[in-house]
Amino acid sequence: MNVPFSPVLPGSANPGAPAPATPRNLPQRGGEPNPSAAAIAAKFGKSFLRTEVVWGETNVYIQASAVSEIIRWLHDDASQQYDYLSDVTAVEFRDPEQPLEVVWHLRSLPYRRFLRVKVSLDKRVKLEVDSVWPIYKAANWLERECFDMFGITFNGHPDLRRILMWESYREGFPLRKDFPLRGRFSRAEQLRQALSITTEGRYSMEELSVAQAFEDLPDDMRRRLAGGERTGE
Amino acid sequence: MATTTRTVEVALGTAGVDSDGRAVRTPMTVTENGSVTTLEPPAMGVAPELAGEHMLINIGPQHPATHGVLRLVLELDGETVVRCVPHIGYLHCGFEKIGEYRQYNQVIPWTDREDYLNSIGNNVAFSIGAERLFGVEVPPRCTVLRVIAMELSRIISHLVWLGTTCIDLGAFTPFLWSFQERENVYNLLESWVGARLTTSATRVGGMAADIPEGWTDQLRHFIRTFPKTVDECDRMLTKNGIWIGRTTALGVMSADEAINYGLSGPMLRASGVAYDVRKDFPYLDYETYDFDVPVGSNGDVYDRFLVRVEELRQSTRILAQAVDRLPDGPVNSSDHRVILPPKSRAMSDMESMIHHFKQVMEGPRPPIGEVYVPVESPKGEKGYYFVSDGTAKPVRWRIRPPSYVNLSAIAKMVEGHLLSDVIAINASIDIVMGEIDR
Repeated sequence: MNVPFSPVLPGSANPGAPAPATPRNLPQRGGEPNPSAAAIAAKFGKSFLRTEVVWGETNVYIQASAVSEIIRWLHDDASQQYDYLSDVTAVEFRDPEQPLEVVWHLRSLPYRRFLRVKVSLDKRVKLEVDSVWPIYKAANWLERECFDMFGITFNGHPDLRRILMWESYREGFPLRKDFPLRGRFSRAEQLRQALSITTEGRYSMEELSVAQAFEDLPDDMRRRLAGGERTGE
Repeated sequence: MATTTRTVEVALGTAGVDSDGRAVRTPMTVTENGSVTTLEPPAMGVAPELAGEHMLINIGPQHPATHGVLRLVLELDGETVVRCVPHIGYLHCGFEKIGEYRQYNQVIPWTDREDYLNSIGNNVAFSIGAERLFGVEVPPRCTVLRVIAMELSRIISHLVWLGTTCIDLGAFTPFLWSFQERENVYNLLESWVGARLTTSATRVGGMAADIPEGWTDQLRHFIRTFPKTVDECDRMLTKNGIWIGRTTALGVMSADEAINYGLSGPMLRASGVAYDVRKDFPYLDYETYDFDVPVGSNGDVYDRFLVRVEELRQSTRILAQAVDRLPDGPVNSSDHRVILPPKSRAMSDMESMIHHFKQVMEGPRPPIGEVYVPVESPKGEKGYYFVSDGTAKPVRWRIRPPSYVNLSAIAKMVEGHLLSDVIAINASIDIVMGEIDR
C-alpha cells in the first residue's frame, strides 16, 4: 500500500490559469500572441513561415519538412513544455486552389498555453508529413483518422491503417471536398460491396499471423471456416 | 461461525506498480473476523510448463461488456493478454462531413447523437464554440443555465458509467440506484426542453427555451436528495473487498504516460495530473464557482472510480451555487445576426426585417476565422474546432472526442492483465461509441 487517495485539490481555481477567453476581451484578429510563436521564429528562422492570432489563439505556420524537429523541440524544451497533444486534424478549403492544412493542437500543461501549429500541403503532389507519434503516443489514432479521412500519409507512424472506415474501403477519403456527401459509388454498388465483404477481411494480416492455431482446429471446424459458411445467422 | 459481518474494512489505496513498472495484483483473503487482508503478490509471468501456443480471441462488436460496438481482438497466453488490437468504426456516420453541409444551428441536433450520454453538454459546448467564432456574447442567465445543463449532463454520464461498470463487475444494486437518479435528471431535462436524450437545447446565441415555472424548485429537490444516493453507492463499493479486488492495480497509467497518451478527464486525473479544463481554460465563468478537482494517485481502475464518484459530489456543489445565482433576464442574445428579432418587430421595422430575412434565407454567417474551444465533458477534454470561410456553413467542423483518445491507450492498459480484467479496464475508460466513431 502506498500513498492513499487524495480526494480533492483545495482552492477554487489554479493560480496559473489564464483569464477566461470570452468575446468580451478578445479581438477577432490580432491581440497578444503566444510567446512560443516568437521563440519558434527565433530558433527555426528558415522553417518558420508566419504567425497570426485569431480569436486569441495563435496559429504558427511552419514548413512541412520541419514538423518533427519543431514539435520535438516544443515538447522537450524547458521553456516550452508542450507535453500534451490535443488533436491532429486537417482542413481542406472549398477553394480548390488553396492548399490543404494539417493542424496540430498542442497544449502545455505546466504553462497553461495553447498553440496551433499548421502545415500547408500542396494538393497536386502526394500528401505526406512527418508523424509525431514518436513524441506523443496520443497521435496514434489521431493520425490514423487523418489518414483515413484525408489520405495524408504520416511518415514514421507505426501502424497507419484506416480506422473508422473498413480496410477494404475503396471510395476514397471522405472528408476531402471532392468526395460527395452521399459517397462516390451508387447505392447499388455500395450495397453490392457490403454484401460481398468477407468478414475475415476485417482482420489485418498481422492479426492473422497469430491465428496459426487454425491448423490445429478439428477437421469439421476447419472445413466450416474455410468454406466461408456463416453460422449463427 | 458468524456469517453476519459481510461488510469488510480494508485500507484505502492501491497497490500500484512494481519496480519494473508492471501492475501488481493484490489477491485478498478474508480473515476470521471478517476483515480483508492482502496476500503476497504472486510472481508475475507464466510458468514455463504452462506456456503454450497463443490463442486469438475476439470480443465484440456485439458484446454488452464492450459498451457499444467496440471490437477487441486479444491474443492470449493462457488467460493473460499478450496483445490487444481494438477495432472501431462500426457506428461511423460521418458527422464531421455532414456538418460541412449544414448551417451552424442545424448542426446542433448532430451533437446530441455524438456523445449521447452527454447530449445537452455537447449542445452547450457547440454553442460556446460557435459563439466565439461569431463574436457573440450571451446574457448572464443563459450562462448560468448552461452551467446547470453541463453539470446535470455530467451527473447523467457518470451515473451511467457507475451503473454499467457495476454490472460488468457483477454488482447489480448500484446500477438500479444510479439509474433511478438518472431518471430524475432526465425528468428535469424533459420538463425543460421537451426531450430526454436528444435535447438540442441550445442555439448559437442562446437557448432553445427558458426553464419553466417552478423548475428550480425541482432542481433544488434533486440537489438535496441526490448526495444520499452517491453516499449509498460510495458505501456499497469504496470499501467493498470484492470491488477493490477487481479494480485495484488494473490498467495503471503513470502521470507521464497518461499525458503522453493524451488521456483527459477522470482518466488523466486518476493518474495524478490536476488538469481540468474548467479550471485551466475556464469557460462559462467556471472560475467563479467554488469546486474541487479530485485527483488520484495510482492511475488504476479503482482511482478512476473514486475520481468519478467525487466528481458527482462536486457537480452537485456547482449546481447548488448555480441555482442560487441564477439571474433574471433574457436567455437569448440581443444580437440579431444570430437570434431572430421578435416577429412583431420583423413586420414593422425595416432593419429587423432584413435580419429576419438574412437569417432565414442564408443563415447566420460568422466572419472568416477559426476557433478551437475545449470544454470538460464527463469523458474528458472535448473540443470543437471550427473553420469558417465567411459562409453560413463551416468549412470544417472537427470534434475532438475525449473517449476516442482515451480508448487508443487500451492496448497499453490491458496488456499483461487477465482476460476478465479487460472488461474492468475497458469499463473504466467510460467510452461512448457514438462519440468515438462519430
